[in-house]
Amino acid sequence: MNVVLDNLDVFGSGLWTTLKLTALSFLLALGVGVVVATARVCPAAPLRAAGLAYVETVRNTPPLVLLFLFVYGLPKTGVRYSLFVSAVLVLGGYTGAFVAEALRSGINAVPIGQAEAARSLGLTFTKTLRYVVLPQAFRTVVPPLGALLSALVRNTSLAAPIGLLELTARAGQLNTSDPNPIWIYLAAAVAYMVVTLPLGAVTRLVERRVAVAR
Amino acid sequence: MSLAPQAPAPSASTSQPLIVLDKVCKSFGAHQVLHDIDLTVDRGEVVVIIGPSGSGKSTLCRCINRMEAINSGSITIDGAPLPAEGRALARLRAQVGMVFQSFNLFSHRSVLDNVTLAPVKVRGIPRRQAEATARELLDRVGIGDKADQLPAQLSGGQQQRAAIARALAMEPKIMLFDEPTSALDPEMINEVLDVMRELAASGMTMVVVTHEMGFARTVANRVVFMDEGRIVETAPPAEFFASPKSERARDFLGKILSH
Repeated sequence: MNVVLDNLDVFGSGLWTTLKLTALSFLLALGVGVVVATARVCPAAPLRAAGLAYVETVRNTPPLVLLFLFVYGLPKTGVRYSLFVSAVLVLGGYTGAFVAEALRSGINAVPIGQAEAARSLGLTFTKTLRYVVLPQAFRTVVPPLGALLSALVRNTSLAAPIGLLELTARAGQLNTSDPNPIWIYLAAAVAYMVVTLPLGAVTRLVERRVAVAR
Repeated sequence: MSLAPQAPAPSASTSQPLIVLDKVCKSFGAHQVLHDIDLTVDRGEVVVIIGPSGSGKSTLCRCINRMEAINSGSITIDGAPLPAEGRALARLRAQVGMVFQSFNLFSHRSVLDNVTLAPVKVRGIPRRQAEATARELLDRVGIGDKADQLPAQLSGGQQQRAAIARALAMEPKIMLFDEPTSALDPEMINEVLDVMRELAASGMTMVVVTHEMGFARTVANRVVFMDEGRIVETAPPAEFFASPKSERARDFLGKILSH
């Protein structure tokens, strides 16, 4: 127990990195998700194919392998990012594929008449999506987006094996210098829950606030 | 001697018809819904399309602004062929208003925002100016006090009038109405038809698909009767309702006017 209480600052700094990693990755995931979902519903067949290829590639690869590929493989081609940036790019790109699929189901749930009315007024495909369809699609997919955010918080621990000192890696460090795996990893687990449990409540709150009156 | 200003000599662009459909065919899969449709609509004309359900009248209306792509034949709007999907088509649609059976107001935006969206985002009109115009239009259709409400807070008749204002905000050359009163409670039908009557009186070119025979009789310049994807007959309303030429039209009118 003392190993935890004596090292709250270590847990704190790890948790801070985890939070930063989560926030930036999720922003990236939202961006990637919008772009890929747009590609998947657009009239141009090559873009639809590219969107599908992206989703299938990401969905069928373990994120840890992608992370290793990015951190150990990419530098061999001369491209080098910091560990933190690498983790943001991989986790954001990975989560983005799932955001895209959630958004696509949201887009399909918007009544077709909404898009028809927008097109009949002269809005192009992109403007129809941007001003009419996506704002409504987002509202219906708040719950799955909340679930993806929660998964992302937990998935940031994948950055531990590449040496990024987030929460799990800090716990590992502590356990090496002062072995007490039960208390140390229990504390880490609780720290993750402190972040993820309130997310459910926040999701429900957001859902209520943005609910569309139909 | 008359003091009225002399009417300008009709130029080429004002004398030619606004909408020309030539041998238009349309199929959904193996099912052909439009057969060799020829139809011409002049500037300022109100053409009402009637006919039984499934006769292709809504599809015909939706083909005019290419909400449905046709399989063969040609459609010409104001002398120019209907463009293929893309920016040119979007520009054309900006000049052809459409009113739907199910209103299709943007459910996440206020009534005012519904009316200003296209003028601001498509025509680049400054928001303040677009809002002033929108409020005038909403007043004109009688729902000026609903500007800041969401569509779901309005009755069906109010929503449809808002939808008409939204289409008019783009200052269209043509207005297409696809069964605009079919989803309304009976007591709300007239408030929408009144707005359409006023629009017709103002000289708007209109193509109206409807089951409202009273409207067809009093407002239309021409009635087009369709059945099984074909135009069966076209006539001025007085003539059509008094003595329909085709057996099919007589049968149709007999069924709907007898009760």
